[in-house]
Amino acid sequence: MEGSTIIFYLLALLTVVSGILAVTATNILRAAISLLFALIGIAGIYFWLDYQFIAAVQIVVYVGGIVVLIIFSIFLTQSAGEKMPSQKLGRTVFSALAAFCGFALVLIQLFQHNFPISKDLTLTPKVADIGTQMLGVKEEGYALPFELVSMLLLAALIGCIVIAMRSKPQTT
Amino acid sequence: MQPGLYHILIISAALFFIGVFGFFTRRNLITMLMSIELILNSVNLNFIAFNKYVWPHKMDGLFFSLFVIAIAAAEAAVAIAIIINLYRSHQSIDVEDAGEMKY
Repeated sequence: MEGSTIIFYLLALLTVVSGILAVTATNILRAAISLLFALIGIAGIYFWLDYQFIAAVQIVVYVGGIVVLIIFSIFLTQSAGEKMPSQKLGRTVFSALAAFCGFALVLIQLFQHNFPISKDLTLTPKVADIGTQMLGVKEEGYALPFELVSMLLLAALIGCIVIAMRSKPQTT
Repeated sequence: MQPGLYHILIISAALFFIGVFGFFTRRNLITMLMSIELILNSVNLNFIAFNKYVWPHKMDGLFFSLFVIAIAAAEAAVAIAIIINLYRSHQSIDVEDAGEMKY
């Protein structure tokens, strides 16, 4: 077995096991840390695929941003170390059954379909090309969605401040 | 066996249904948000895998994942603002405790 194959399976194992721990851990802080490792595993898979730019974005935005935000909100709303109440057994069993049936359905569909896999697998996007196409206004450019997402981020920023702002005490 | 498109699609499907399982079983808003993050990440992984193995000379899958990441960041920020506001009024972030508009 080659080295890159072993690395791929290790990354896959890290991702799936930490994903399972993130949804089953009873301590909420432990669940957040497991989510962190699952996201790092996905970033590692992006690196394995030679997509360095999206891997860097994944680490900066998810690992550095969203998980830190989640951990802060855990500190603000929960007493640390407290266990979450466990769910009813029936609900857990039926959820696991539903998730497993969906997974099996997807796998059956996946192996019946034959994807036209390209011959040239060494091609990877360069960061300069990504920038040119992202801000291009020609036929394949993404300038309009880029601007839309910037407006969405501004709206989300203002919305967060308005929602989380403490309402003023009534002065008489 | 050299890992290829199918291996990555299997990982992505597994992550998606792990997230769905978490969304069904958890009753705490923050852990439900974490399940949604797992689901969004599995979608991103799918886009990147198809971009790499089926259309390597194009970059559309890459741009879709970038936009999904940006929208997920906005969604997480708004959700956490709502969670903190809910905690302030109910002293709890369990979905069962916020039932005023249910009946």
